[in-house]
Amino acid sequence: MSAPALATRGLAKNFGSLVVASDIEITLPRGVRYALIGPNGAGKTTLINLITGMLQPAAGRIFLDDADITALPPEQRVRRGLVRTYQVNSLFPHLSALESVTLAVCERTRAARTWWRQLNAYPHQIDEAYDILAALKLGPVCQRATRELAYGQQRLLEIALALATRPKVLLLDEPAAGVPRDESKELFAAIAGLSSDITVLFIEHDMELVFRFATRVIVMVGGRVLIEGSPHEIAADPQVRAVYLGKTATTALQGSHHG
Amino acid sequence: MALSEGTVSPQLYLRAQTRWRPAEIVFWLATLLPYLLFPNYLSLASQIAVAALFALSLDLILGYAGIVSLGHAAFFGIGAYTAGLVSKQGWGEPLSGLLIAALAAGVVGYATSFVICRFRHLALIMLTLGFGLLLEELANTLGWLTGGMDGLQGIHTWKLLGYFSYDLYGRVAYAYALAVLFVLFLFARQLIHSPFGLSLRGIRENFVRMPAIGAPSRAHIRTIYTIAAGIAGIAGAVLAQTTETVSLDSLGFERSAEIVVMLVLGGAGRLYGGLVGAIIYMIARDQFSGIVPQYWYFWIGILLVAVVMFLPNGVLGGLAKLTTRWSRP
Repeated sequence: MSAPALATRGLAKNFGSLVVASDIEITLPRGVRYALIGPNGAGKTTLINLITGMLQPAAGRIFLDDADITALPPEQRVRRGLVRTYQVNSLFPHLSALESVTLAVCERTRAARTWWRQLNAYPHQIDEAYDILAALKLGPVCQRATRELAYGQQRLLEIALALATRPKVLLLDEPAAGVPRDESKELFAAIAGLSSDITVLFIEHDMELVFRFATRVIVMVGGRVLIEGSPHEIAADPQVRAVYLGKTATTALQGSHHG
Repeated sequence: MALSEGTVSPQLYLRAQTRWRPAEIVFWLATLLPYLLFPNYLSLASQIAVAALFALSLDLILGYAGIVSLGHAAFFGIGAYTAGLVSKQGWGEPLSGLLIAALAAGVVGYATSFVICRFRHLALIMLTLGFGLLLEELANTLGWLTGGMDGLQGIHTWKLLGYFSYDLYGRVAYAYALAVLFVLFLFARQLIHSPFGLSLRGIRENFVRMPAIGAPSRAHIRTIYTIAAGIAGIAGAVLAQTTETVSLDSLGFERSAEIVVMLVLGGAGRLYGGLVGAIIYMIARDQFSGIVPQYWYFWIGILLVAVVMFLPNGVLGGLAKLTTRWSRP
């Protein structure tokens, strides 16, 4: 079997006495769609920050394609194909969508170091950026300033920026946060349609979306991985029901059994 | 390609941004007006051209990359002293003098950029301020080299291109300053429309997001800081060559602050912001100091407060807003 796309070993982090990540060991095979779930404050976003290098772990190692990347700065992890999006839109408000994605493409191809030639001299980069946007149905609005785009379009632009870096592993922090339900299904359909070479880990609170789009689920509680399994295993696990889904969900499930 | 109504292809759209607008051509033609209308003000016009070039260099780091500097005069001063000293050593050829000055300022800019690229915001302002003060004091202490408080005397600039001598009325001086400004403006224009220029705007718009798209922001900042330092050095060199003297205030804090004011007045991050700001500031200073010699800073203060309050993106920002309001039904 080939090396996992991404793996962590004994990853730990604390802010003072507050432990936010403790002995986290996850292994993501290539091409899978993983959901990362857990109650608020479980440390899901912290884990993404640790994996992408936005935070330095207190202990543990991170491996991308079997290479130890624990000491690499964030931008070099991106260059190796480990890419994230943000829960809260983190975009370039005054750049158009096309400019933003072209920027990301130019950074990947290192055209961004060129200051003596105009952007016009790079039609392939511009076309590639447009194709990424068009695939996410942002083609018609790509010339508008980012801040003028509808919220759902901005969420898609987050993903477009990530795709422009040609990721191998894509970490999506609540990609549909703040998006109305019917739109969030479209958004996840776009994610499901990504190349099967890309390994995806997404944080999501909507269980319907999780069960529909994830092949595997990781449950985190209190900075630890509680359990990992297929959506069915997770749905049936009593521990998960008790800790994560809470009392109401448990009764709801029981209710459906009896009803 | 499926495009919605009223939009052009992606490549045409990006190309359209780089096209020369009529207003730009009018602006550059207008820079020749002093020869016809204000022949007695040509030395002021040269000073404005120098200030505009200096402001343009600051715009590259402040307006485009979001690096606020309160010590940018350090590079202006290095350029001025370098050009002055080269001339004093017996080499008064102006164009090569500019190159040597750019090199000297660029080398110092490159060296300091390794510290600059690690900081943002207030820390950056304090750092650049500190560098500026350090250099000012250094120039003061090295009196045997710089002339200290008396300034650098005995500069002699050779004829421009071996033919045009710098006349009393400043006709050649203004042509020289304007030509240098125009050439470097073309350079800056090319730069901000390059892929690298797009990255600089990315850094300004969202510094935190840049590493997440794999951008080496620090390397970008080092590059632009070095380039801006070199251009500031050329501006200083032009002043030294045309006035044939260099004083300590060419690298002082006041000049650093003044150039920030000019850029803010005109509109940072807009290529012409520094140019327009320099024109407004220098003319206002000239007029105010003529009317009320003791209080002219008072009026500059009022001008600055008014612009920041009512035109937060500078005079050009205000104009841009007006024209978009006009063109939209």
